[in-house]
Amino acid sequence: MRSKSGILLHAIGLVLIIAFSLFPFYWMVSSSFKTQAQILASPPQWFFTPTLQNYADIFADAKVVNAIINSLIVATSTTLLAVALGTPAAFALARYEFKGKSDLWFWFISNRMTSPIVLALPVYLIAMYANLLDTHIVLILIYLTFNVPIVVWIVTDQFKSIPPDLEQAARLDGADQFTIFRKIYLPLGAPGIAVSAIFSFIFSWNELLYALVLTRRNVQTAPVVATSFMSGYELPWGKIMATGTVIVLPVTIFALIVSRHMVRGLTMGATK
Amino acid sequence: MRETTVKPNRGYGRWTPFWFLAPAVLTLFVIGIYPTIFALVTSFRQYNIARPREGFPFVGFDNYINVLSDSTFWASLLLTARFYITVLPIQLVLGLIIALLLHKPGLGLLKSLARVVLVVPLATTYAVVGLIGRLIFNREFGVANQFLDVVGIGGIDWLGSQGGAFAAIVIMDVWQWTPFCALILLAGLSMVPGEIEEAARLETRSKLAMLRYVQLPFLLPSLTAILIMRSADVLKLFDMVFVMTRGGPGSATDLVSIYIQRVGFRIFDLGTASAQAILLLILTILISRLYIRVLYREVN
Repeated sequence: MRSKSGILLHAIGLVLIIAFSLFPFYWMVSSSFKTQAQILASPPQWFFTPTLQNYADIFADAKVVNAIINSLIVATSTTLLAVALGTPAAFALARYEFKGKSDLWFWFISNRMTSPIVLALPVYLIAMYANLLDTHIVLILIYLTFNVPIVVWIVTDQFKSIPPDLEQAARLDGADQFTIFRKIYLPLGAPGIAVSAIFSFIFSWNELLYALVLTRRNVQTAPVVATSFMSGYELPWGKIMATGTVIVLPVTIFALIVSRHMVRGLTMGATK
Repeated sequence: MRETTVKPNRGYGRWTPFWFLAPAVLTLFVIGIYPTIFALVTSFRQYNIARPREGFPFVGFDNYINVLSDSTFWASLLLTARFYITVLPIQLVLGLIIALLLHKPGLGLLKSLARVVLVVPLATTYAVVGLIGRLIFNREFGVANQFLDVVGIGGIDWLGSQGGAFAAIVIMDVWQWTPFCALILLAGLSMVPGEIEEAARLETRSKLAMLRYVQLPFLLPSLTAILIMRSADVLKLFDMVFVMTRGGPGSATDLVSIYIQRVGFRIFDLGTASAQAILLLILTILISRLYIRVLYREVN
């Protein structure tokens, strides 16, 4: 039924989508294998002899290595905390009707919509008075403002799909609510919990504004260090792009794993 | 409650949901609400930490009056609005084309590949998007000018000129967020029941008529979701623009989050910045309300 030219156009369109999605990413990765001279060449070179020097440089740079470790510490801790706090809340929201439930939903969404700059100002002052500036803990806690909602949203959805007869059987055996949560909901909800944890990790790993404002020397995260290369007279482009690649690669792999859920994660479940 | 046959006996009172919710709610209260109240209080004070000797006296609504009569603040809001109405149509049109290409039957493998790589821009660290933008839009050795050379336009000073810088952040935003629109619209397209689509295909060969009369009604919820989500995201937009232009040159890319950040953390006038942040929060709450009212009505 379909003409040959129709199929060809469709294929060209799809190839263009792939090129569009990957080009800036490709340009970053390929630039990370260039020498400074190759990057500064005008017009830009598409074919060149690659070098690993930039990667050798950044992994020898304590600042970059520390930043990646800091990012790992912060993103992992905040994700674990968000899951620990969010899953019980999701259980309550999926299973019970109670007064103020819709207000609670609303509050969670507002957290997703709010600009970080709104909280960055007061949290900066509070952290300053509490001597918490430039510590992991302040970032771990503030990242919970977007991570707990994301876990609650995705996991509530998952918990709602667990058939109620399972827990009725358990209840006849005398299991209390906490046991039901632990023995039935947590294992059966594991896929949703994993997806929400991955999102939480991605968002924390990518965050810049809070990290920029709340850290100094010791706890700078990877995005902060990458942007800090952007000052000075001659920019070390190769190092910058290598650092960018190292930052983006792990989250891209994570994102590809949860690609089917990407929209759900970004819209907090408004569209399935 | 759903189950009426089994009488709750253990750990089942009115307060059970409360115990499950308490840790999350309490935490969010301490890290979310408490700072917000702190910001509200600060917004009624003169609070310049660069000049601590003056103390932090309460000044009533002075900060708000200053902010509302500050033409730079209004300009930054206006610029944010201009940015929104510039990127949104581009993202919607490109997103719709992508969604239609992905919805069209056939070429399964290529289609799955295209669908998967759409996630790459969405996951790219926003700050790194800014770094890539700095490289791509460099005047001398940027690849953007190399592309334009091919069509005979030469030597645009993207990040050094007002119009160029605005265009550059628009292009990077379009790259990063078009996939978001495409995936939401694709979800909408797949809601069209197969038999209706088949029947319509027999009636008309016009793709446009198909889109207008068959698919559009199913796309409306997706469109509303995009409009609202993107407006909240543009109000939040900071990382990419900060890295690429710091709001400049001049005030060409001085979006509202960038401006507030500068007042707070470069000028250290936290009283004024807090008043601006509270106004931004009010705007966001209005948008969230709209979001809930329009999108979650049928869910809850």
